[in-house]
Amino acid sequence: MAMAENVAATAVASSRNMNWRWVIWGGYALVLIVAPLLWRSSLSHTMLSQMGIAIVACLAYNMLLGQGGMLSFGHAVYSGLGSFFAIHALNMVSGGQLTLPVSLVPLVGGLAGMVFAVLLGYVTTKKAGTPFAMITLGIGELVFAMSLMFPGFFGGEGGISGNRVAGKPLFGITFGPQIELYYLIALYTFVCTAAMFAFTRTPLGRMLNAVRDNPERVEFIGYDTQFVRYFAFIASGFFMGIAGGLGAMNFEIVTAEVVGAARSGAYLLFTFLGGATFFFGPIIGAVLMVLALVLLSELTLAWLLWLGLIFTFMVMYAPGGIASLIMMNLRVAAFGKLKPLLPWYLVLGVAALMILAGGGAMIEMVYHLQLNQALGPQMKFLGVPLNAHGVGSWAAAALLLLAGIVLFEILRRRFARLWNRIQEEIEDTVRQREAAA
Amino acid sequence: MSQAHALELRQISKSFGKTQIIRGVDLAVKAGERVAVIGPNGAGKSTLFNLISGRFAPSAGEILLDGQRIDGLRPYEINRRGLARSFQVSNLFSRLSVFENLRCAVLWGMGYRYAFWRFLADARDANERAEQVMTMIRLQRRREVLAMNLTYAEQRALEIGITIAGGSNVILLDEPTAGMSHSETAQFVELIREVTVGRTLLTVEHDMGVVFGLADKIAVLVYGEVLAFDVPEAVRADPRVKEAYLGSVLAEQQADSVRSKGGS
Repeated sequence: MAMAENVAATAVASSRNMNWRWVIWGGYALVLIVAPLLWRSSLSHTMLSQMGIAIVACLAYNMLLGQGGMLSFGHAVYSGLGSFFAIHALNMVSGGQLTLPVSLVPLVGGLAGMVFAVLLGYVTTKKAGTPFAMITLGIGELVFAMSLMFPGFFGGEGGISGNRVAGKPLFGITFGPQIELYYLIALYTFVCTAAMFAFTRTPLGRMLNAVRDNPERVEFIGYDTQFVRYFAFIASGFFMGIAGGLGAMNFEIVTAEVVGAARSGAYLLFTFLGGATFFFGPIIGAVLMVLALVLLSELTLAWLLWLGLIFTFMVMYAPGGIASLIMMNLRVAAFGKLKPLLPWYLVLGVAALMILAGGGAMIEMVYHLQLNQALGPQMKFLGVPLNAHGVGSWAAAALLLLAGIVLFEILRRRFARLWNRIQEEIEDTVRQREAAA
Repeated sequence: MSQAHALELRQISKSFGKTQIIRGVDLAVKAGERVAVIGPNGAGKSTLFNLISGRFAPSAGEILLDGQRIDGLRPYEINRRGLARSFQVSNLFSRLSVFENLRCAVLWGMGYRYAFWRFLADARDANERAEQVMTMIRLQRRREVLAMNLTYAEQRALEIGITIAGGSNVILLDEPTAGMSHSETAQFVELIREVTVGRTLLTVEHDMGVVFGLADKIAVLVYGEVLAFDVPEAVRADPRVKEAYLGSVLAEQQADSVRSKGGS
């Protein structure tokens, strides 16, 4: 009887989940379709294309980091090698040596990423934890060094360039205009996202979570942890390769930096920022990655410093990334307790802006003095004229920063108390519901 | 002897460096028997379990599961041949729910292996088995709770659940009632008895009440050697066991009662 009720309740819950699933995936597809119509500039289209590529890469990276607990410092190897094989394939299509629709070139990248994951991943996944991370670092350096040793394949300093308008156009689509390529990327992004999500719902995907949580116990329930890690690594390598192939089509040039440590680091950093503990976290991370790399770097010379600061704060205060912040607040909202928190977010935001403005002004003044001294001490930050040599500017910035920090800390402590109380209330409610069930 | 034993140890020994922990253990357990392994601290009970389950390889000797050699195999290979174990300190998949923990434990045995081309949701037999075990260990109300958020007693129950879920015929339980209160222990022993019906059970246990209540046979392990292996009455009557092990327990109990009398 109780069993039957349980099953019925589960069935109701899963059918509700079913409906939600359609809404979420439909919404995702809609965003991918509508985005370039809302942001029409060519810069937006380039950025949206890059975001699609980054989404595939960060989700593939998170198959290891979030789902398998494997910290890779060299995962750009698989996207990068995918890029190189894709651009060579593209050039062969242009040269008539290969008959392949251009739209399938990213798959060449995917296969290349997968083949190298089969080869290199076998060594890498023999170990877990810190040795795993060390091996990925070593292999990353190795492949980067190789890329400079074989200029024939990797193109040396100049890289390999290609032209994505190759072969016979299908239905008049040449992929020459950025918008046509964007929709190809969007299609790949959607399909890859769906495939990677499906992976988390399979026996292998679930055992990967088990290996992340407790590799020792996995061995005692019949699974070879090394095999689980290896298979996940290969799957991840395949999707990394697809991202690489899409990148080659997008930029039409591939240089050695695509296999480099900086690129690997960016995948790690933004996957973490987005949130490795939730499937959709890396999607947020990928969008941020492109915004940071394209827009933030335009906005300020100190963008890497800002990025480092943000990353450090996230690791310290929100190790679940932005996705976990969203999910925690959604949980509070689901219990109808979000409203009293909203004014707090407002004032905390104001305090954070004060810190950003004060600290930012000081950082920018230092950069100005170091790099743009020839232009004189006068500069502008967020539209405010500053004098990098003036005591007034420094004092004002310092005061703003200090006031911001003090205010933020006071507010944060009070907010934390309120937050904890609400969490306790939610726990109580959950317990009551359980008891009533 | 026509029928192979469910589990047989032949002259098993294990050394760590120069220290010999297990010194030539012989043990033959028939199918369906419940054996309690007892012995003072440091006698090598947990090490023995680690050798049988493949966590360590024995330095010498043979281990046979249903007549097949398993010594030196990896833990997952031994598990696939039908032996499962639990741990003294709960060893769970902390960030997975109760249900997912149990489902992971049944996947290999039901042939799902490393499949990435089929959905767990469609794995009807695995889901049913996981639900069934969840009901058996009375955690059905905690279905979606993460293992790390369970109470201690619930974690112990889940530990047993993961061990028995896979359908192995030989079950090793390493101090299943460790750290439990008296009333919890009594309930838990009942649970263990229920979920291991028809299987061969080896358990390490300190609580003598549990041992004499649960076991068909008792193996007394002292300094890496089996001092006695017989039915409870015979073991209780064995003078060497009394001297080496039960004697010290009795002495402690007497000391306790003297102390409490002196205090009153």
